[in-house]
Amino acid sequence: MEPHYPLFYTFHFYLFGVIALASALAFVTRKSPVAAALWLVNTMFSLSALYVLLDAQFIGVMQVLVYAGAIMVVFLFVIMLLNLGHPSEIADRRGLWATLAASAIGIILVAEIMMIGRGDVATKYEVPRGFAADQLAKYGAVGTVARPLFNEYLLAFELTSVLLLVAIAGAVVLGRRRDGRAG
Amino acid sequence: MLAESLALSAALFVIGVVGVLIRRNAIIIFMCVELMLNAVNLTFIAFARAYGAAGQVFVVFVMTVAAAEAAVGLAIIIAIFRHRQTVNLQNINLLKG
Repeated sequence: MEPHYPLFYTFHFYLFGVIALASALAFVTRKSPVAAALWLVNTMFSLSALYVLLDAQFIGVMQVLVYAGAIMVVFLFVIMLLNLGHPSEIADRRGLWATLAASAIGIILVAEIMMIGRGDVATKYEVPRGFAADQLAKYGAVGTVARPLFNEYLLAFELTSVLLLVAIAGAVVLGRRRDGRAG
Repeated sequence: MLAESLALSAALFVIGVVGVLIRRNAIIIFMCVELMLNAVNLTFIAFARAYGAAGQVFVVFVMTVAAAEAAVGLAIIIAIFRHRQTVNLQNINLLKG
């Protein structure tokens, strides 16, 4: 059964949800890559607020630091480096048929999601605000994530470090000039 | 709030998919992929609230992989730009044969 949420909570949830959705729409429709990137940053900030509302404070902070702070800055760096800041004179959008196909696929995806939603996934699995809140009270925001991360998922965590090493090496190799000059 | 989170996450994912399909700028397509990853993260967080912290740990992993993917992907885009002086995918069809 649906637990009761205070109006304050619901209001902010919907507020940030609408901001995230509107920014995402603005993001895919902007012509200029810089404007698109900034709208995407806005989406990520609203998502981080939603994470905090969903009792995942540490992930909310990570979202701001890693996604908005690091990944999007790298994107903006590359846009700046390649001088792509202005909308390109060649048509960036695909033609009418591609747009129609994309809309059709989008509508099919939404319809599928609605069908899944009708099987009352939400009401079936909704639990009272408690589980995450309990963990939060017991271990704190960081401990909630850190305990499973360094116990059950320790091997995956170590493998992640190998992945990052490979990514660093790959980025350096790919970004290097072939003719041996510096830079 | 689970139903609302799932609906929002689905909507964001669909926006990402449509973005990938209708744009030709490689960097914007790449950012659409990031948007899709973010949408999935929201699902993880929403379910983590009901099922325990494993969902949050998964989000940490997704973020790490997204960072690695961004680094390698952008390096590839830079390498392509050096060769072709463009990131418009219409002009990049080496694999078409």
